[in-house]
Amino acid sequence: MSKQINVALIGNPNTGKTSVFNALTGLNQKVGNYPGITVEKKEGICKLPRGVKAHIIDLPGTYSLNASSLDENVVIELLLNKNDKDFPDIAVVVSDVENLKRNLLLFTQIKDLEIPTILVINMSDRMRYKGISLDIAYLEAKLNTKIALISTRKNKGISELKELISNYKDISSTPCMNASEIDPGYFDNLRKAFPNQLLYKLWLVITQDVNFGKTDRNEMEAISSFKTKTKSDLKRLQQKETIKRYQFINEVLKGGQTIDLKNAKDLRIQFDRILTHKVWGYVIFGIILLTIFQAIYDWSSVPMDFIDSAFASLSEWVKQIMPQGAFTNLLAEGIIPGLGGIVIFIPQIAFLFLFISVLEESGYMSRVVFLMDRIMRRFGLSGKSVVPLISGTACAIPAIMATRNIESWKERLITILVTPFTTCSARLPVYLIIISLVIPEGRFIGLSYQALTLMLLYLIGFGAAIVSAYILNKILKIKSKTFFVVEMPNYKLPMFKNVALTVLEKTKSFVFGAGKIILAISIVLWFLASYGPGEEFNNAESIVKTQYASQHLSEDEIHQKIASHKLEHSFIGITGRAIEPTIRPLGYDWKIGIAIVSSFAAREVFVGTLATIYSVGNNDEDTIKNRMASEINPILGGPLFNFASGISLLLFYAFAMQCMSTLAIVKRETNSWKWPTLQLIIMSAFAYIVALIAFQFLK
Amino acid sequence: MEVTLAHLKRGEHGIITDVSSIHVPLKLLEMGCLPGNSVELVQVAPFADPMYLNINGTHLAIRKETAIHIKIEITNE
Repeated sequence: MSKQINVALIGNPNTGKTSVFNALTGLNQKVGNYPGITVEKKEGICKLPRGVKAHIIDLPGTYSLNASSLDENVVIELLLNKNDKDFPDIAVVVSDVENLKRNLLLFTQIKDLEIPTILVINMSDRMRYKGISLDIAYLEAKLNTKIALISTRKNKGISELKELISNYKDISSTPCMNASEIDPGYFDNLRKAFPNQLLYKLWLVITQDVNFGKTDRNEMEAISSFKTKTKSDLKRLQQKETIKRYQFINEVLKGGQTIDLKNAKDLRIQFDRILTHKVWGYVIFGIILLTIFQAIYDWSSVPMDFIDSAFASLSEWVKQIMPQGAFTNLLAEGIIPGLGGIVIFIPQIAFLFLFISVLEESGYMSRVVFLMDRIMRRFGLSGKSVVPLISGTACAIPAIMATRNIESWKERLITILVTPFTTCSARLPVYLIIISLVIPEGRFIGLSYQALTLMLLYLIGFGAAIVSAYILNKILKIKSKTFFVVEMPNYKLPMFKNVALTVLEKTKSFVFGAGKIILAISIVLWFLASYGPGEEFNNAESIVKTQYASQHLSEDEIHQKIASHKLEHSFIGITGRAIEPTIRPLGYDWKIGIAIVSSFAAREVFVGTLATIYSVGNNDEDTIKNRMASEINPILGGPLFNFASGISLLLFYAFAMQCMSTLAIVKRETNSWKWPTLQLIIMSAFAYIVALIAFQFLK
Repeated sequence: MEVTLAHLKRGEHGIITDVSSIHVPLKLLEMGCLPGNSVELVQVAPFADPMYLNINGTHLAIRKETAIHIKIEITNE
């Protein structure tokens, strides 16, 4: 019989904890959420020696058990709650050999919780370059644990780690130091008052202002009545505790670690001299951004064209081989074009996530935070807002979640409110298809006009975010302590496995998450476009035939006329024409109107919607792009998608708040309906006005 | 005049002598910003804010407004 044990991976940020997780679980991992909160929960299965199976949780990175964010809270909540189904049988603390001292702080805290704990010292391949040598046996004895010296980069020590985990019963669960010495009287009283409780757990509950959702309420109240010390006393005591822990760690490392500085080589200084330079730092950052956008545009155009035409042929093929009927039509005109509208974005989204994860993994993102802090502060943001703003180019949802490490609530709120302005990957499909229709080809100093337009749209997005942040900073009257600290990790060559898994995971969740909505909407739209009430729809054939009887139209043209007459009088046509007056001043017809309305579920629906509407109203199977290009403006004549209406649409999508999932996340993160509601109304109204002005000027 | 971290110039070294527990958050202490530890100013952003420090081997950046609450002794080894 196989037994499954719970293993919790815990560690400071930038220790390669996720690499260890990837090395242990490989593709046997899934990413979800902790119930009720939006903190990402990564878990996976790992087979260990002797038939033991381990369920591994990769807990959010934290510097200590004194939580200061929602993500860090998850760690404490799990470790304090023995009844949680994920409560670890064994904790694996991951540390980085170059920052052992700081990493051990968290280790001593975990040990105080009396959970069996293994210490993983990662990045052992760096020891040679840093002149570090370790006396593992000495450290194991002093820290009262087992140590696995590994290198995920060189794939060394992983099997030894698995061996250690499988012997979890032999791992000590007693603390390695006594932190209560900092105030013996106080802690003695505490121990006497709650003899059945773990002392360190009591101390954590007393000092944390956090919401211990899952721990026993009664127990909490009993303890809070014991808060005999003032807040500033407690703070001082926490400081003493930290000093005490470091004293212990210094003592241990004095005997177990030697660093020969003569052998230490450090590229950090050379890199940082340029990358964080007052001038070059910004120039390089700009070049990196420019390269990314050009690459996303150029590299993905080939696979995208391929996907587009592949789906068009697939529809055609289905129509040919399947018997005629409603189901075939639903498949060929509803589901396949709808799916095509999502699959087509996979190349770009994959590239975008690739770049973002390389920037994060390499340690460069922290330098950007450092460079941008002063500038961002002028706009009421923090240097850390740069990370959400950049990852907002992938998706606003993880970006808004990434604001959690911003310490000041006001800076964080403003970041949350303005992040949806950044050009997310869902806008990309809309932009790309419209740009390819209305912006001429050609190059300007090596960059194509189309790529430059895209770049400009990204800049407009950032600009809108920055300007609205500035305004919000003036309007919002929130007093909150500002405070900022960011670790500057060592530069690392990103590990292929980590980057690949991130790209895979994020792309998958985009395709399945958005795919479900798009598929559902495509089917609904197909029904609404294929059926209609009354005479005009049901007798379309005879009406059209009598109307054009005098003109000698070919069979094909007649079919075309019938199809578009039907579409115009279908349910969707009726709805579309009802809203047409409000959008006509922007240069759109009712079909675009329907696409915009359905985009309020999610922007990427736009292309899929048009694909579905056009394929119902059109008998030949063609690519989405060709169909859009051949649409004629019913009132003004000429192509419907021309320069004026194209720019107007681009601007509308740049500013409008059209994403229900983002609104839901904002509601959760701000814990109020007020902010998402304001976002929806203000951003969309602004988008309408800007698009209106643009079209009226350009037409 | 009391010397604080904010007085350090690029490339200078010092020893932390006192950290205000009211103004300096615990998180910074936990990252190693404690009395007795050495500190070096690695790099400054424009307007000398934020400051990129090496505290006892840990590299981190803090704003000037926090740095003024950390007292040091300049050593310049």
